[in-house]
Amino acid sequence: MSVMEQDSAGAPARASLMNDPKVRGYFYQVLLVVLLLTFGYIIVTNTVANLERQNIASGWGFLGNTAGFGIIQSLASYSETSSYGQAIFVGFLNTLLVAVVGIFCATIVGFVVGIARLSNNWVISRLAYCYVELIRNVPLLLQIFFWYFAVLRAVPGKREKWSLFDTFHLNIAGLRGPKPIWEPGAEFIGYALIIAIIATVAVSRWARKRQEETGQQFPMFWTAVGLIVGLPVITYFITGMPMQLEHPNFVETGPRLRQGFELGVGMNLIPEFLALTAALAIYTAAFIAEIVRAGIQAVSHGQTEAAHALGIRQGPTLRLVIIPQAMRVIIPPLTSQYLNLTKNSSLAVAIAFPDLVSVGGTVLNQTGQAIEIIGIWMAVYLSLSLLTSAFMNWYNQRMALVER
Amino acid sequence: MASSQMFQIRTEEAPTLPAPVSTTGVIGWMRQNLFSSIGNTILTVIGILIAYWIIAPFIQFAFIDAVWTGDNREACLPQDGGHSGACWAYVEAYFPQFIYGRYPSVETWRVDIVYALFALLLVPLAIPSVPYKRMNAILFLIVFPIVAYFLLTGLVIGGTVILPIVETAVWGGLLVTLVIAVTGIVASLPLGIALALGRRSQMPIIKLVSIIFIEFWRGVPLITVLFMSSVMLPLFLPEGVTFDKLLRVLIGVTLFSAAYMAEVVRGGLQAIPKGQYEGAMALGLRFWPMMYLIILPQALKLVIPGIVNTFIGLFKDTTLVLIVGMFDLLGQIQSSFTDPTWSTPSQGHTGYLFAAIVFFVFCFGMSRYSIFMENKLHTGHKR
Repeated sequence: MSVMEQDSAGAPARASLMNDPKVRGYFYQVLLVVLLLTFGYIIVTNTVANLERQNIASGWGFLGNTAGFGIIQSLASYSETSSYGQAIFVGFLNTLLVAVVGIFCATIVGFVVGIARLSNNWVISRLAYCYVELIRNVPLLLQIFFWYFAVLRAVPGKREKWSLFDTFHLNIAGLRGPKPIWEPGAEFIGYALIIAIIATVAVSRWARKRQEETGQQFPMFWTAVGLIVGLPVITYFITGMPMQLEHPNFVETGPRLRQGFELGVGMNLIPEFLALTAALAIYTAAFIAEIVRAGIQAVSHGQTEAAHALGIRQGPTLRLVIIPQAMRVIIPPLTSQYLNLTKNSSLAVAIAFPDLVSVGGTVLNQTGQAIEIIGIWMAVYLSLSLLTSAFMNWYNQRMALVER
Repeated sequence: MASSQMFQIRTEEAPTLPAPVSTTGVIGWMRQNLFSSIGNTILTVIGILIAYWIIAPFIQFAFIDAVWTGDNREACLPQDGGHSGACWAYVEAYFPQFIYGRYPSVETWRVDIVYALFALLLVPLAIPSVPYKRMNAILFLIVFPIVAYFLLTGLVIGGTVILPIVETAVWGGLLVTLVIAVTGIVASLPLGIALALGRRSQMPIIKLVSIIFIEFWRGVPLITVLFMSSVMLPLFLPEGVTFDKLLRVLIGVTLFSAAYMAEVVRGGLQAIPKGQYEGAMALGLRFWPMMYLIILPQALKLVIPGIVNTFIGLFKDTTLVLIVGMFDLLGQIQSSFTDPTWSTPSQGHTGYLFAAIVFFVFCFGMSRYSIFMENKLHTGHKR
């Protein structure tokens, strides 16, 4: 016993300090920190010296200065006399707009194509396959150029139009459609919508609980549709129709310069927005289609067979057995595709759609505040991606298989 | 006797009847796959119509109405008010620019040699059954870049010009696309491996630094990285030191793709069972020999498809460099649109179609290869 104790006590002393994994670990980490600090110090001193030479004062003061450039599409109030900070905020809103519309369209197209790829119909599944392979293997920037320079330049000129149902009109100045004008009292519609959503959540909880206890099913889908659509519509009529549609005004007579759509009447989507959103949605949809296909295929066929053996029909099998299990596989890569779409929306700068990067680039050129602008870009995109990964971790934890 | 025999015994087996015509051959296949129900038939008709609406105008544009030869825009102008087809004569005239950029035409043989060497080394490396993989890899990853560097930029030893210097500013077209993509992937592989090992390290600071690095680069769009490398990088350097523009872009692209590569490699490392580590340690191997001899060969082999996919992504993303003012294949095509000699209504469509075909051929080929490798490496579940 004493011999062993001696041995184990003596071992560290015999081994050289160099070979102690702990000591080596500390050594490498300290070395890394020192290297990083030196590197950082060199960069900071160089940058400070370079900025001084170029007479650029670093700091955030420039955000308050007058921007002096116009932005062709803005969701917030903006004019040429607004500040740089407001311009960047408008760009950020445009990025969000493209991202939200793009994600919405990409999800629909992606799910349809993904399911079409699994179709028994040979023509349909081949079409979906060709769509996925063609779109995935061509660079996004090329597709944006294609939509912007090749497709949207081939539409009618300013004084002509293509119309759909006489409501939506497309020409080289963009897509025009009716714009809702809210009158006083319209806020009640919004309240009604919020109440309807809360009620839907409450009813669905109650319905699930009742089903778990008694096995009785509740027509949840139609109840939800009725509540979410019905309540705002009823409110709309009760409050005396406080919303009007403003249709775009197409001038066909008069002086030639005045012909075409009247400015500021109706809703207008600029061609840059259309091209960017179309390209992003179609490109991302191809990836989403693959994710959906893989997700559905990941559910083993035995699940379908077992459900059928229990006497569950085709529809409920899909809805209650296959899709919940497929979603577990689909959601994580789907969120990362959403994030990719948001990051790819920065390609807007190539066709001068005023998104965060594009507006930031203009500000950068005017003020020369490279570090601050790039800092803003990185901070915005990083926080978006960190939020997404936080959501994903939460979802994974919630949906992880509970193994017993 | 004969009349009392009310039954018949068959002594030989009845010949099997052929399957009904409606379930075999082309007709059966069509009935099963295209017209099994009313809904399916409607889908088939809609599908064929969609295909027709897409393919017919495309063939009309790319082949039937296309102009194959000509010296200037006159050849490609629409005849008597009709629609004009693809102007392939323009692509033909611009072909050297699309491939070499503005590389001096007397020196383009150097680019050709690099292309040939690249193909010659890559093909045996990509085919699993060809021997001498290790030597091939060393040639491809170490010797080839050095040779290519001197061939492309030029070589001057002690004042005597062996190969005239060619500035990177005149490079362009497919050359720039390939240089950025290949350098990006080759340089990001070791960096990515180091980051992946760092992320799985026991040492907290190294782990933290790796995680921050990876998540930072993965969280920002490539376009901001390119802006950063072209606007911010010069600020970081001491006065008087300037970087070549291509080199700055290469640094940005490498750091960006290293982060993605690190995540791919990490996936491979995680797939290696713990027993492999323990076995290596039991044999007395230290960290680096263990990684180099036991873990990485298995892990990297597993993630070859992932590496190829990263490469496809990077290859497509090289088009973004045109935004910071470089001329890759797409940038070169885009800039050729300003030439009045070939300005016709169909010029843009033709140029984009050409670019799309080139990118599609490269990317589709690589993705097929990745699927092939996946099937080849996926031996675990097959019997």
